[in-house]
Amino acid sequence: MRPRPRKRALSLAATLALVLLALAGAGGAIAASAPRTSPVVPRTTLPAVESQVMCVTCKIPLTVAESPQANRERVYIQQLIDRGETLPEIKRALVFQYTNAVLALPPSHGFDLGVYLVPAAVVLVLLATVAVLLPRWRRGARAAQAARTAEEIPPPSLDTADAARLQADMARFD
Amino acid sequence: MKRLIVPTLASVFGAALLALLVYGVTHQSPSRTLDEAVQSGHYRLAPEAKRALPALTGGYGAPLAAYTGKVVLLNFWASWCAPCEQEAPLLERAQRVLEHHDATVLGVAYKDITSDSLAFVHRYHLTYPTLRDATGDFAQAYGTDQLPESFVINRSGKVVAISRGEVDQPFIEAAIKLAEHAS
Repeated sequence: MRPRPRKRALSLAATLALVLLALAGAGGAIAASAPRTSPVVPRTTLPAVESQVMCVTCKIPLTVAESPQANRERVYIQQLIDRGETLPEIKRALVFQYTNAVLALPPSHGFDLGVYLVPAAVVLVLLATVAVLLPRWRRGARAAQAARTAEEIPPPSLDTADAARLQADMARFD
Repeated sequence: MKRLIVPTLASVFGAALLALLVYGVTHQSPSRTLDEAVQSGHYRLAPEAKRALPALTGGYGAPLAAYTGKVVLLNFWASWCAPCEQEAPLLERAQRVLEHHDATVLGVAYKDITSDSLAFVHRYHLTYPTLRDATGDFAQAYGTDQLPESFVINRSGKVVAISRGEVDQPFIEAAIKLAEHAS
């Protein structure tokens, strides 16, 4: 016996609804069981990295550099930040790409150590020079002062006869 | 004798500081020795020819000295350099001709991020070997302070032509002619 068309349509609709419900349930279950990817939390900022690195072609700090290479460097840094890398990790990646020349403050070993040692040596030498020359200069100044003081000693006083003669001479001019 | 110690030490220190200053200034400013040699016709050997640079695809590439006997069109470029993008197709076309005459274009990516350089090579379908100059020291030996710059090196390993800036068709043709003439 063939079902009536209306009854058949109703049964088809009910089947379809059941299938859709089953699919929706399965989809929800899959979604629930799928591993959730937590959003990457940036661990540093572009200005923080920029302040510690150089534009390698313009040889000025990246913070103030405006050039195609500097812009490309910024994009690369931002990509690393978006990946959740820390400041030291980003610096290591930049050194791998550009060598130590990218660092605003070079590492304190090897030839680069000179960057720290030379200014310190300059200050030390200047201090040593002052330490050696200052006592000499003060000794010289004291000796000169002593000589001047010696020159300023008043001449010996006149005896009575000379004093009377001087007075007489002076009186003639009055 | 004792009186001479301080002035002597001060003089030595002053001379050392002056030497450091001179070194810094000469090290920073680009050398134009190769340009003068090319202009005068007294060609000089390509600098740093024995230096092996990292290849863009990993490992180390052959140094320039390994190309002795070949004409080399040495090209310094970077992915962030707009004129380099303009000349890349021209250089690739030149490579197609040069490779049939025992000659080659040799690219050197200057202070560039490796992934960017590789993307550039793929974008312009560059088939010639490309090395990386991460420090810029190799380029500095050629007096390179702007990009792009290209050098034609003859079969004896001497620099015979220089293009400081984007290459043009006559420069490429001169390199091809040199390769054809000697092959």
